[in-house]
Amino acid sequence: MSVRAMESGSSEGGTVVMSAVTKRFGSFAALKGIGLSVDRGEKIVICGPSGSGKSTLIRCINRIEKHDGGSIVVEGCLLDHRLTNIEKVRREVGMVFQSFNLFPHMTVLANCMLAPMLVRGLKAAEAEEVAISYLRRVRIADQAAKYPSQLSGGQQQRVAIARAMCMKPKIMLLDEPTSALDPEMVKEVLNTMIELAGDGMTMICVTHEMGFARQVADRVIFMDDGTIVEEGTPEQFFRQPKTQRARDFLSQVLH
Amino acid sequence: MTMEWVSGYGLQLIFGAVTTLSVALVALVVGTVLGISLGTAKIYGAKPLRYSAEAYTAVVRGVPDLIVIYLIYFGGTVALTKLTGEYVDINGFAAGVAALAFIFAAYAGDIFRGAIGQVPRGQTEAAHALGLSRRAAFFRIILPQAWRLALPGFGNLAIILIKQTSLISVIGLEELLRTSSVISGATRQPFLVYFVAAILYLIITSVVSWGFRNAGIRSNRGFA
Repeated sequence: MSVRAMESGSSEGGTVVMSAVTKRFGSFAALKGIGLSVDRGEKIVICGPSGSGKSTLIRCINRIEKHDGGSIVVEGCLLDHRLTNIEKVRREVGMVFQSFNLFPHMTVLANCMLAPMLVRGLKAAEAEEVAISYLRRVRIADQAAKYPSQLSGGQQQRVAIARAMCMKPKIMLLDEPTSALDPEMVKEVLNTMIELAGDGMTMICVTHEMGFARQVADRVIFMDDGTIVEEGTPEQFFRQPKTQRARDFLSQVLH
Repeated sequence: MTMEWVSGYGLQLIFGAVTTLSVALVALVVGTVLGISLGTAKIYGAKPLRYSAEAYTAVVRGVPDLIVIYLIYFGGTVALTKLTGEYVDINGFAAGVAALAFIFAAYAGDIFRGAIGQVPRGQTEAAHALGLSRRAAFFRIILPQAWRLALPGFGNLAIILIKQTSLISVIGLEELLRTSSVISGATRQPFLVYFVAAILYLIITSVVSWGFRNAGIRSNRGFA
């Protein structure tokens, strides 16, 4: 559990609480006992070399990946085999993927309306209103009638962010949202994410965009080899990384 | 002669063609539902279900279609007779539809399995992340995309199905081929009669092919 969460003394312990979480893929141990507590409204950036378990960690939070050991509690709901709990958690947790994962057979608008209608039970007119308002916020409302394949990568990722927002999630997970983008499109997506962060939503973001981390993160978590090696404020982490592994990593991503 | 053709035999052939089309259509619908179930079972099913589906395909695909038709027709008669305690002559239409649907499903199952497997995993993940149930994710996200990938193979199979309806003439159903054979006996003009039958089959298959081509174009909406 993080120092911050313990200091805050909340009995809940946080909106996401992971303790001793393990995950294996065959013989490969992807997570080796992760303990992490995220406060409501906190912005967390997770970084680390590839294969360190960052993506696996956040994918466990909405059970896109099933953890093997330890416990994960999201919004007071224990994630176990029970489908009702899983669905409850997924209603409160939005996710943005590296490869966008928009639904290619639906228009941008339909992408954004689907889950609010099916999961939240909104009527089509209400869902459309919500969808348009978020598409406007990511400045892409004029493309609402297009199909995802007709948009650029940056535009697609902004739609994906809007789609997740339409469910009005309490927690947003972002799994390397800019890694699949052409360099000139990274900025528009980062700006959207920064705006999102200003809303006070809980954000957990896996990214190598250290500028974003500096600007937005309350806490940076550095992972390597399936464990959390180091965590601290961006200030601490970038100024004086405590471990050699973090220093090595930073020297590679900050040119 | 000409009058006879127009008033009698021609009309009979048209009726035969209508029967052929009805059998094909019902078998297509039943076979598609069954085929999607088989494909889904093979991908998502627990082991016993998966193995049952595999066994089904292996058996139905490995036995000549004619024998499948005979087995269902005569097997159905025996089963119904046992069940009701009196002799029941099974309905040829029902038996024919069932047999063709079972055969169709054996092949369609693998087409759907392949197509479902080709839909990127991220699509399921995104659907689940949005809170969609497994059912909603399958029917709203996966199946529509798999459908597009399955369509070419599925269209082929549908055309084959139309031609396979000629096989059920062996159980006495008055479809296009059986009607032709009866008429050719009566008129002693086998070439002419079968030639007309061939044209009728060709018309049906051409219309269906055209339909599938349009469906293909429709299903490609949104895909660059």
